[in-house]
Amino acid sequence: MSVTYIDAIHQAQLELLREDKTVFLYGQDIGNFGGAFKATKGFKEEFGPRVLDAPISEDAMIGMAVGAAINGMRPIVEMQFADFSSVAFNQLVNQAGTHYYRTGIPIPITVRMPCGGTPGSGPFHSQMVESIYAHYPGLVVVTPATVSDAYQLLKESVQLDDPVIFCEHKFLYRWLKSASLKGDGLPLGKARLTRAGKHATVVTYSAMVHEAVRAADRLAEEGWEIEVVDLRSVKPLDIDTVLASVARTGRLLALGEGFPWGGVTAEVVSRVVAEGFHLLDAPPLRLNAKDTPIPYHPDLWAAHRPTPESIVEKLRELLNL
Amino acid sequence: MLTARTLENKLSSLYKGGKIVGGVYLGTGQEALSASLGASLIKGKDCFSPLIRDQAGRTAFGEDMLDATRTHLGSARGPMRGRDGNIHRGRPHQGMPAMISHLGTAVSVISGMLIAKRMKGELDGIVGATSIGDGATSTGSFHEGLNMAAVENLPLVVVIADNQFAYSTPRNRQFACESLLERAVGYGVGGVEVDGTDLKATLAGMQQAVTSARQGFGPQLVVARLLRLCGHGEHDDASYVPQELRDSLMGRDCLDVGASQIIEGGLATAEDIEIWRKEAVEEVQEAVATAQRERGPDPYEEDWRATSVEGMQ
Repeated sequence: MSVTYIDAIHQAQLELLREDKTVFLYGQDIGNFGGAFKATKGFKEEFGPRVLDAPISEDAMIGMAVGAAINGMRPIVEMQFADFSSVAFNQLVNQAGTHYYRTGIPIPITVRMPCGGTPGSGPFHSQMVESIYAHYPGLVVVTPATVSDAYQLLKESVQLDDPVIFCEHKFLYRWLKSASLKGDGLPLGKARLTRAGKHATVVTYSAMVHEAVRAADRLAEEGWEIEVVDLRSVKPLDIDTVLASVARTGRLLALGEGFPWGGVTAEVVSRVVAEGFHLLDAPPLRLNAKDTPIPYHPDLWAAHRPTPESIVEKLRELLNL
Repeated sequence: MLTARTLENKLSSLYKGGKIVGGVYLGTGQEALSASLGASLIKGKDCFSPLIRDQAGRTAFGEDMLDATRTHLGSARGPMRGRDGNIHRGRPHQGMPAMISHLGTAVSVISGMLIAKRMKGELDGIVGATSIGDGATSTGSFHEGLNMAAVENLPLVVVIADNQFAYSTPRNRQFACESLLERAVGYGVGGVEVDGTDLKATLAGMQQAVTSARQGFGPQLVVARLLRLCGHGEHDDASYVPQELRDSLMGRDCLDVGASQIIEGGLATAEDIEIWRKEAVEEVQEAVATAQRERGPDPYEEDWRATSVEGMQ
């Protein structure tokens, strides 16, 4: 018996709906159809009016969730694709993100963002959004890489009193399997040491954790021991765990699937340089997707994002510095 | 209406005297419309998201005048504690969200407040309302919000102050329909058009719309034709408003019209209104003086936290 990453998201929502009557789901095609990725399959039958199909109105979906949260509900909004959240950007950063600071009233909404690339999805169904939302105050940005994190972090996100951008990676939905949902119990806000090493640290999150582990496996054949840190959430960013790893290895590669200008990897490097310059034996490096829209063709797509090959190459560069 | 006008005149003076920083945005000429809405709602039951020109509606809905003066004057004791100013204020848990500057966004927020009530089984007899200007009907947010409210058949009243100009842009550069009431048909919601300078007519139209929403007939659009009798903000002299328009029936002051109607209807005498005016002046002076005596926020005591849960930044 094994559970997939999307099973974990389904199960977390099912339990949340059963345990807490203030939880409800809002999104496009999530009712009888069960969602574009079937993350809400069967919920309409069990929970009826608490599973609401939304019109193609991302702005109104988030505005509605904020209003419902003001009046005591805990909405989970399914953005059909994270890319479409650009339409809701205003309500997310200006309405939800500012609300607690302005009024003292927290907004417990969770916005599920199916993000990241899958082959053939093209420029508008593949994007990573964690960096743009993490930039704005008031939003918590969660980026699970494992089945148990998808389950546990989603439950924690919905139970949190603040707005959460929950970045679930589409590539992991069905590919990633685990024997159980049970994880190691790390709370939201703590990074995980996915793989121990001593020669260099890769700090990453979401689907790139798995690519980093593949790259580390290859380099292990040559005797290099690469440490991999999974951030789990990019905001809050657990810089202590990152610094502790860099203290062991002296070398840092910040790896992400987002675009290269700014973003999470730049933030990681900048914080490590500012707070742990003395720990570094070499200049820290970054590896991101390319600075173009995400291409459609599977061959172009596979080369647009970091791959085990390009990560190995970057790590060799780092190890030779 | 009278209280709001008195308060807003004072706020304008304070702004022009440099005592209020940021901006002051008034509802001069729109008080009949705004007050009709506020007076048709029930505080403690209904939800109301006022917009930029809704001092009269806020007062009628029961907002404490101190909330207005404290927010404008930056008192740390106001609902926004110096973190936001002027009309960007509210008490969301008392049914009045604090508007953001992005127009049209309140339509879906108020709808969400109603959906929460529906899910909790508390929606019976409840109404949610928000105001908007003619310019803001051009936003995607307005369209998305009203369409969604219509789909959900919510007891929502959206009041459009068609005040001829969005800042300086005339309505013929905002939309091509003759009346914004036509939009009601497009969204599948009820609608009523009123002369916003006429208190009696406006109140009657508003009550009709609010009653329809309250009785379960779904969202209602109220379109009021009127003229904003001030600038967009007090920094703006509204020189773009043609004199003919100011001299037309649309340019008449709803406060004067309302006073005549009240006197003619035998509801009060001119002397009564004069007494109300004096009472309003005293109330305003007191609310301003109180806020002026209070300290502003202290940057060194500010927690600088944007999330309610610690450790989430």
